[in-house]
Amino acid sequence: MKKLITIILALALVAAVVVGMVACGSDLKDGEPVDIPALKTEEVRTYEGLTVPADFKIGMICLHDESSTYDLNFINAAKAAVKALGMSESQLIIKTGIDEKIVCYNTAKDLVNQGCKVIFADSFGHEPFMLQAAQEFPEVQFCHATGTTAHTANQPNFHNAFASIFEGRYLAGIAAGMKLNEMIKDGKITADKAVMGYVGAYPYEEVKSGYTSFYLGAKSVCPSVTMQVQFTGSWFDIALEKAAAENLISKGCVLISQHADSMGAPSACEAAGVPNVSYNGSTIEACPSTFIVSSRIDWTPYVKYIIAQTVENKPIATDFTGTLKDGSVALTAVNGGVMAEGTIDAIVEARAKLVDGSLKVFDLSKDNYITVNGQKVTSYVAYVDGGYPADPDTEIVKTTEAGVKYVAESEFRSAPSFGLGIDGITLLN
Amino acid sequence: MNTTKKTREPLFHLVKRTDVKPWLPWVVRGVTIVVAFLFIGILTFASLEISPFEVYARIFKGAFGDSYRVMTLLRDVAILLLFALAVTPAFKMKFWNIGAEGQVLMGAFACMFCIFYLGGKVNDTLLIFISLAAALLVGSVWAVIPALFKAKWNTNETLFTLMMNYVAIQIILYAIKIWAPGGTGTLSPSPYGNLPTIAGENFWFSIIVAIVMTAVMFIYLRFTKHGYEINVVGESENTARYIGINVKKVIIRTLIFSGLICGLTGFMLVAGIDHTVSSTTAEGRGFTAILVSWLAKFNPAGMIFTSLLVVFLSRGMDEVMTMNGISNNFFSKVVIGIMFLMIIGCEFFINYKIVFRHRAKSEVVPPAPVEGAEKTCGEDTSDGEIPQATTAKEE
Repeated sequence: MKKLITIILALALVAAVVVGMVACGSDLKDGEPVDIPALKTEEVRTYEGLTVPADFKIGMICLHDESSTYDLNFINAAKAAVKALGMSESQLIIKTGIDEKIVCYNTAKDLVNQGCKVIFADSFGHEPFMLQAAQEFPEVQFCHATGTTAHTANQPNFHNAFASIFEGRYLAGIAAGMKLNEMIKDGKITADKAVMGYVGAYPYEEVKSGYTSFYLGAKSVCPSVTMQVQFTGSWFDIALEKAAAENLISKGCVLISQHADSMGAPSACEAAGVPNVSYNGSTIEACPSTFIVSSRIDWTPYVKYIIAQTVENKPIATDFTGTLKDGSVALTAVNGGVMAEGTIDAIVEARAKLVDGSLKVFDLSKDNYITVNGQKVTSYVAYVDGGYPADPDTEIVKTTEAGVKYVAESEFRSAPSFGLGIDGITLLN
Repeated sequence: MNTTKKTREPLFHLVKRTDVKPWLPWVVRGVTIVVAFLFIGILTFASLEISPFEVYARIFKGAFGDSYRVMTLLRDVAILLLFALAVTPAFKMKFWNIGAEGQVLMGAFACMFCIFYLGGKVNDTLLIFISLAAALLVGSVWAVIPALFKAKWNTNETLFTLMMNYVAIQIILYAIKIWAPGGTGTLSPSPYGNLPTIAGENFWFSIIVAIVMTAVMFIYLRFTKHGYEINVVGESENTARYIGINVKKVIIRTLIFSGLICGLTGFMLVAGIDHTVSSTTAEGRGFTAILVSWLAKFNPAGMIFTSLLVVFLSRGMDEVMTMNGISNNFFSKVVIGIMFLMIIGCEFFINYKIVFRHRAKSEVVPPAPVEGAEKTCGEDTSDGEIPQATTAKEE
């Protein structure tokens, strides 16, 4: 008798599984990546004909190791660039786990001693130490991602780089907005419950510019969206990021995005079944049923550029801003089973407009778009040349030929300057 | 269970060594280090497929590759040594102070506090002395709080000092938020209140201070009345009380001394090296220091070698990872962890020996294979000596 029941139960289970698989047999499954049609990118230059000497070395200084999505993105780019230029692996020296203190200077100096001609550091706090090393070794090029002082430091071998990642986040925001629209259409939420959550690292321009552009992307397709932001005060803290995401979900956020570098927030979303728009790279393998899309900076064009310029003894731009056009700003493949219908078309359309300049992310002229206390904004003075405790120093609002006022993010310096708190976004801490 | 059977002799049992010759422990330790290095070679070969000799060469190169690496290595050894010196007197007293991390952080915080608010306003030399005094004061206050509680209410010092670490970290995070708002939680290095560089480098001060402090600590523990009192309190509080030592006083006094060295270490980190402070200023060395101190049997001179070993290994393994293009730090941590596990494990074999069944067959059947059953007779000669040896060890 017992055996019979067991067999019946087992058969029932098998049947249920088969039925289940048939039932969700739409064309796209969860966890199935769908590529966004590629934009025709124009890199700064093609590197045909460039021969990198066999004894040329590039050094890379990373804050964490590859378990951080942020550092992994840099490491992958450096490896890809070195490979693309036909260099051997031993010509790239990657130092991981380098704190934002004197050890960064020590490491830079050690890399110089090992024969590196160009050194690239990946974290904001590495900047003063890279500058210190640059002053000591004028014949070596020091490049620093996300930094802000190269254009005022007056040190010809010290360079900053960033990308117009706010455009990438805007496009990722469109995917989020489309998902919210789908939820509203399916009756899962009402339009006024379209609340997104955002886990941010630190409340400063890079993060503020990021979440604002993400929000604006979502708002461009889902006008009723609002967003709550919680900061963790750390670039990499799995537990804090997870807790922040869980807190946002418990406060009613139906979609989460983040600007912090661990898997904390994405994995919290996967556990709770809440859609997630990621950053730095795809999390589709770990989060097959909630990952939608991720924007990222692809540093490969920049690493190729600094190697080529150094080899050919040409100057490296003091402030390099990568763009959608040169391939520095990229989106990963979209999760076929999770994205809303029409997401890819909407992204491709907006991307074309961003590239030709007819669409501005921080458009101040558009109605019901960027407001502060219900009022439109006409001017924004930001930190460009200095920082706290000085006052913001530069007006960064520009007007296009068509008469559209917009905040010219990443045009005055490569690192983000947009730090305005706009309506629709609530900071929780 | 098997009441009817004869008591079965276990496969092996442990016997406390009582006739250890003074040179034997050092032979065992030396052999262990060699074995541990062989093991590292095999492990790296198995997982990275590079020859063990290549691995050793890279470890050595990573630590001593050029003069700059040697100097940064010595600086880091000096700092780790200062941490270890700071925890030593308390540990010797069996006061489990695992709060050196927080005590150093508070010293560093106090130093940075002075530099931040007085930098540029007072004479720089004066500022150095002010920040040194502040670091010493705050470091010792941070250490003496758990000691007072221990002396007064017999609170658990392990938990207390551990939790004080987190309080210190949060204080620093809060201060940075005030000092550097609108950033990523990093405070840029300050040009004020920095110790002068010698020959353009910032290594020397820490190295000199570490050497001086090692000598001071050696003398303090070995030749002073305080050192003797610490020893007695560590061996037995009751004995200490019996011979008229004021245990509470010794605990408080020793922790103040510990805290002073922590404060000094914090000062060296900020004024001498980093010129800034962050929650990672101590880099977990407050905990590594316990290992360093313990491995050296709380002997300051021995700590020079143990701290050198720790820094040497971590530098060396970093180089192995870097040279193999491995951008993940876990492997080197695993290897270093295994190494220290082996070294700590060897201490067990210095104190105990394993006696297998067949060897002891003719002997009297030992009662039970309980660890610490020191009175079993594995060695035929030592029967008479055992009681003496064990009583000496009794607390």
